[in-house]
Amino acid sequence: MGRALKPLVFALCLLPLAWLAARAMTVGLGANPIEALIRFLGDWALRFLLIALAVTPLRQLSGWSPLARLRRMLGLFAFFYVILHLLAYAGIDQFFDWGAIGRDIAKRTYITIGMAAVLLLLPLALTSTDSMIRRLGGRRWRALHRLVYVIAPLGVTHHWMMVKKDLTEPMMHATILIILLGWRVLAAWRAKRHNGGRTEVRQATPCAVRSSSPSSS
Amino acid sequence: MLIRTGYSPGEAEVTDKALWLDRRRFLALGAGGMVAATAWPAQAGPLAGVVKSPHRVDDALTPLKDVTHYNNFYEFGTDKGDPAQMAPSFFGKPPRPWTVTVSGECGKPGPIGYEDLIRPHRLEERIYRLRCVEAWSMVIPWVGVPLADVLKRFEPNSNAKYVEFTTLVDPERFPGQRGRMLDWPYVEGLRMDEAMHPLALLAVGLYGEELLPQNGAPIRLVVPWKYGFKSIKSIVTIRFTESQPRSTWMKSAPREYGFYANVNPRVDHPRWSQAKERRIGEFLKRDTLAFNGYAEQVAGLYAGMDLAVNY
Repeated sequence: MGRALKPLVFALCLLPLAWLAARAMTVGLGANPIEALIRFLGDWALRFLLIALAVTPLRQLSGWSPLARLRRMLGLFAFFYVILHLLAYAGIDQFFDWGAIGRDIAKRTYITIGMAAVLLLLPLALTSTDSMIRRLGGRRWRALHRLVYVIAPLGVTHHWMMVKKDLTEPMMHATILIILLGWRVLAAWRAKRHNGGRTEVRQATPCAVRSSSPSSS
Repeated sequence: MLIRTGYSPGEAEVTDKALWLDRRRFLALGAGGMVAATAWPAQAGPLAGVVKSPHRVDDALTPLKDVTHYNNFYEFGTDKGDPAQMAPSFFGKPPRPWTVTVSGECGKPGPIGYEDLIRPHRLEERIYRLRCVEAWSMVIPWVGVPLADVLKRFEPNSNAKYVEFTTLVDPERFPGQRGRMLDWPYVEGLRMDEAMHPLALLAVGLYGEELLPQNGAPIRLVVPWKYGFKSIKSIVTIRFTESQPRSTWMKSAPREYGFYANVNPRVDHPRWSQAKERRIGEFLKRDTLAFNGYAEQVAGLYAGMDLAVNY
């Protein structure tokens, strides 16, 4: 199971793209295919970001450690869809009109925020190789990758501010994000309480599980 | 299930298909596949006795399929595909008699049926640009009657400074009205001189056929120099007032949507630029024109007004 997991999830992560291509080639992407393309890619970028952020809580809850090996790949898929989203915007929607893109970034808050998220995501993607992890060392690598706690809220905000009226989806994303980040805050707080100041989240798992298991009664 | 609609494709549709294929070929990263046989709900009947009006732009028409399947009509749902998807099962064919209630500052208030409202007038086909506030646009061959001719019959008095329209409220037929996405009923309004302008149209059809529900059946407004949301759909009331009506979008987001909502490339939406637009079916964005290209006819209505303030 453990060995097949990663390639299986890799294939699953490509499904949205395959679906998009299949639709584009058969029934088309509707009356406004460029907008449909950009929104689809943006939606999936955001979803993969949230999925990647869900790995650690799920691993801690389930105790199933093979999940941890998926985290980096899922994060890179988030980056992959972010880049496709950005390329679709710059290359197809704006057709490389750098002046217009620059004005958008400067004037449109949601685009400023989206671009900030991409820029912050860049170092995370570039350091997601084994050799970069070795070069940085685990502690510094983990510190750097905590940037995702900033990036994900930026992504959700970007979507939220773009929507004209129907906030259902951005609200769902925000709720999931709050749960995922809240879990980490809680875990860190518990770790601190149980371990007398040692804030390593990793250590929190056994304590958290123990303290939440029902006492014999 | 296959439902025979008795619809046979006309010349326009054949052209459309070539157009979609072209577009698709670009996006589609490959050969154009077979087009699924998606017959749109062809319940709309043809309209007889329509004369071609000189009000027609030369731009290529937006394919019927796009005009009827890419709609902002939150009464059916907020996705642009919702109206076409929901309308056949929820709205059905708009029943006759459809009644419009006229009230307010006028000599002849009261209810009036669809036939009585429209039949005294000659139906005209006018080809107008439609510019959505979301920066996309279409070119649509509307069928309708001049709004001014209809309004005059109710003898608006000197207190009538504005005219307000509302859309039907019926959550049974408009599933989107079961939630509070907007403050129902949808309300729109025009200043009296805008309403009396010869370009303002009360539309009952497009592409030579009666309006489908997703396009605002059976009666809707078309004000081509204003953003699309001003062109209120499925109208059930007309009220002449002395004070300026508060439209639904003004209530919803007053900073983003004003009463006038004239198409203006120089006044951006707070969140996006209005300088350019994507014409449905085209790849490159085109420049948005002042008053959607109707400046020559309507700019005079706003002489001396600061259009950045009166957005």
